[in-house]
Parts: sequence; structure tokens; C-alpha cells
Amino acid sequence: MNPEERAALGDIGRKGLWENNTALVQLLGMCPLLAVSTSFVNAVSLSLATVLVMALSGGVVAALRTLIPHEIRIPVFILIIAALVTCLDLAFNAWLHELYLVLGIFIPLIVTNCIVLARVEAFAAKNSPLAATWDGAAMGLGLLWVLALLGSARELIGSGTLFSGIQMILPGAHPLQLLGEDYRGLLIAILPPGAFILLGLLIATRNAWMAHVAKVRAAAPHAPTDVASA
Amino acid sequence: MSDATPDTQPGDVPAQALPPAPGAAGTAMRSAVLLGLFTVAFTALMAVTYEAAREPIRLSVEARRLELIGQVLPPADYDNALLEDTVQLPALGALGIDGPVTLHRARRAGEPVALVFEAQAPDGYSGAIRLLIALRASGEVAGVRVIAHRETPGLGDYIDPAKDRANPPWITQFAGRDTSPATRWKVRKDGGDFAYMSGATISARAVVHAVGRAAAAIAPARDALFGLPAGAAADEAFKTSPAAPDAHGDASRSTPQ
Repeated sequence: MNPEERAALGDIGRKGLWENNTALVQLLGMCPLLAVSTSFVNAVSLSLATVLVMALSGGVVAALRTLIPHEIRIPVFILIIAALVTCLDLAFNAWLHELYLVLGIFIPLIVTNCIVLARVEAFAAKNSPLAATWDGAAMGLGLLWVLALLGSARELIGSGTLFSGIQMILPGAHPLQLLGEDYRGLLIAILPPGAFILLGLLIATRNAWMAHVAKVRAAAPHAPTDVASA
Repeated sequence: MSDATPDTQPGDVPAQALPPAPGAAGTAMRSAVLLGLFTVAFTALMAVTYEAAREPIRLSVEARRLELIGQVLPPADYDNALLEDTVQLPALGALGIDGPVTLHRARRAGEPVALVFEAQAPDGYSGAIRLLIALRASGEVAGVRVIAHRETPGLGDYIDPAKDRANPPWITQFAGRDTSPATRWKVRKDGGDFAYMSGATISARAVVHAVGRAAAAIAPARDALFGLPAGAAADEAFKTSPAAPDAHGDASRSTPQ
């Protein structure tokens, strides 16, 4: 791999994880975001399944991109994504059954996530399979860390625990009771409005940070300007 | 908007040059054929995956089912293939489940040991509570487990032993209960024999009533049920009078109620 390609892949990773973060910048995939970020374990489980589907569908669509006519690309993309999700669902059920019992309900949910189709259309249809696979994975990982943060915050505020349900994924691990046995919980954090409020705070924090970075860069005239491409 | 360039979008650089379109009809035909081919190819992919995954999935589901049954009936108590030795129960009001219910028959050296079946309590605090019940051939309850519920977390969910902080868990009090009329299938608050947790009586009451109803319906028919051939429909066992031994059944084993 030459340095140019490596730089391109690094750029894809940075865009997925931070600059074009699906949850904080593109604001895509709100449905699963609100539905399953009620606890850390749920949020991370869905995100991991999403990473897998996005990487796989990106790679397959990129490999087949020369065969897909432009006029019917959307139905073909949907067909490919739905088929891959179905195969993944079956494969998990058959060969990773313990994990399937935890992740299983989330895998079919992924087709409801428009971010998969969005990345296939915007990136995989125009790039090499390697770049498209990495783009899908990076976008998924960007979703993962935001969802993990959101899930932790909602779980902690809503029920005073962290990692509840972890024993289903790591036998022997225990959830943490961080706010004491008699913490009554704050129901709104678990309900959908809590997801909106906390996501809003996360976006505000990111925007404040970006504004701060821009100010520092403006003060130092030699630093390269970095304009996020929408 | 120009009709002359239908295939290009601003800022959208095509990854490859498309072959020149031979006119609208030709394009439509080519698209239809390609879409058909893609559909066939990906349906084939799904079919192959399904075929390959079917057997492992069946084994996993069976193993999980046996593990679940093991919670209400110790695996050491029986030696037959529990998942194959079944009869189909008709839709009985007493079980609270719409549609037929599969009943598993546990035997040891050919002798009846227990019947395992599902029932449902329709009146939980927030919806139905699904139960798995094992009933010994002697007529006493071997065990009960809640397999699905939506009771309030931290309040009514003690009916599920995984969430119950009591030791032994609340649900274990069903083990060894006799289905004869001597057992009062109510919580103590209502003048029955079963403990409950104050503040969350509704969940306990629903489970106790459901187990009582289901046991009372199945217990009188148990000899007939054990006598049926595997895979048979058990409608007959519930049409005959409960005390009378069924024509298929082993009459010497039936005990008067």
C-alpha cells in the first residue's frame, strides 16, 4: 500500500469517527439511536451489529458497483443490504448462538437504519471495495462510541447502574451499581425524550469543542485549515 | 433541470463509464433484466445460507429448549427424548394460550415421570405472563418458570428467578404443590397458600392463578396424555370424563382423585 492510499484510508477513518460522525454530525439513524440506547450493553450490541453490516454492505456494493445500472441502483442497494442482513442474522443464529441471544433482536433492526443505505449510496457506489469496507466500519465505529456514551449516560441517570446485562455477553462480569442501592432512578432518561436531551448535549459539546479548535487555529496562522466536507 | 442529461447529478462523478443507452425502451429492458438477475443472485445467496444454517439453528434451539425445561424438571429425572415425545393439546381456556400447545412427556425407563407444557397468565400487571410448567405423574407440580413477562422492573419482576433477590426465589414455592383440592391456588392475602411480596401482589396473584388453573386442567387427564402415541392430538383426553381412564391409557396407573 502506497502512502497516498494509506492517507486516503486515514482520512476515511477520521471522517467516520469524528468529522462526519453519523450520530453527531450527519444525524442519521435516529430510530435505533433512540430505541436502544437505554443502556450501555444494548447500545454497544446494536452498534457492533451495525459495524458488521455496514462494512459488509459497503464492500459488496463496491465490488459490484460496475454491474449496477445507475437508474436502478437504489432498489439493488436495498436488495443487497436486506440479503446481507438476513444472511448475517442466520449465520449468527447458527454459529454464534450465545451472542445471537443478545444481539439477535438488534440485527433485523439494522435495516431500519438509513445510515447503511446512505453510506452505500454516497461512498461505496464510487469507491474500491477496500475503501468502502473501511468506510462502513469507520462510520459504524463512529456510531458505536456515541451510542456507548449515550447509553452509559442514560443508564446511569435513569437507573443508577452501568453495564447492566453485561453477564449475557461476558459471563462472570457484573453490572455496576454506581448511584447506590436506594437510587430511585430518573425515568425521563430512559424514555425517548431523555435520548433527545442527552444527544443534544453531546452535539452541543462537540460544537463548542469545534468552535474552540477553530479559534485556536485562527490564532496560529500557519496551522492547516480543515474544512469539514459535507 | 434538463432532459438531455438524465443520468448525471451535480457533484456526482460516475465510477465508470456506462455503456451508451440505446433509448428509453432499451434502458428499461436492460434495467429490468439486471434487477431480475440481482434478485435471483441474492435470493440464491439467502437460500444457500438458510440451508447451511438450518441444522445448527435447530440444534441450538433444541439445546436451549432442553436447558429451559431443565429448570422446571431436573434432567436426571428422565431418560427419553423429551423434545420428540410430545402431544398437541387443543386450545384449552385453562392454559390461557390461543391455539394449540405442545406438551412434552418425560419418562424414565418407559415409566411416566412428568408432563411439561406452557401456559399463560393473561392478567399480569402489564400484560400476559408466559409460564413453563412441569407436572409430575403423581399429580404434584415439579416446577414453574416465567419465560416471558413485562412486569415492572424492580417491583413485579421477582416472579422471574433471574431478577428475584429472595433466597430461595419466589417461584420455587410451586415445586411439590399437590394439584388435589387441598391446595388453595391463591396468594395468602386472598386466603390461599402462596407467598407474595407486598406492593407487588398482582404479578404473584396472576402467576398463582394461572398455574392453579393449568394444573387443574392437565392433572386429571395425565394418564390419558401419557398413553397417547407421540405426535398425536390430545383432544380426546379432554373430552372423556376426567376421572375415567382413557382407552389408550394404562388403567392400572390411574389413581382416583
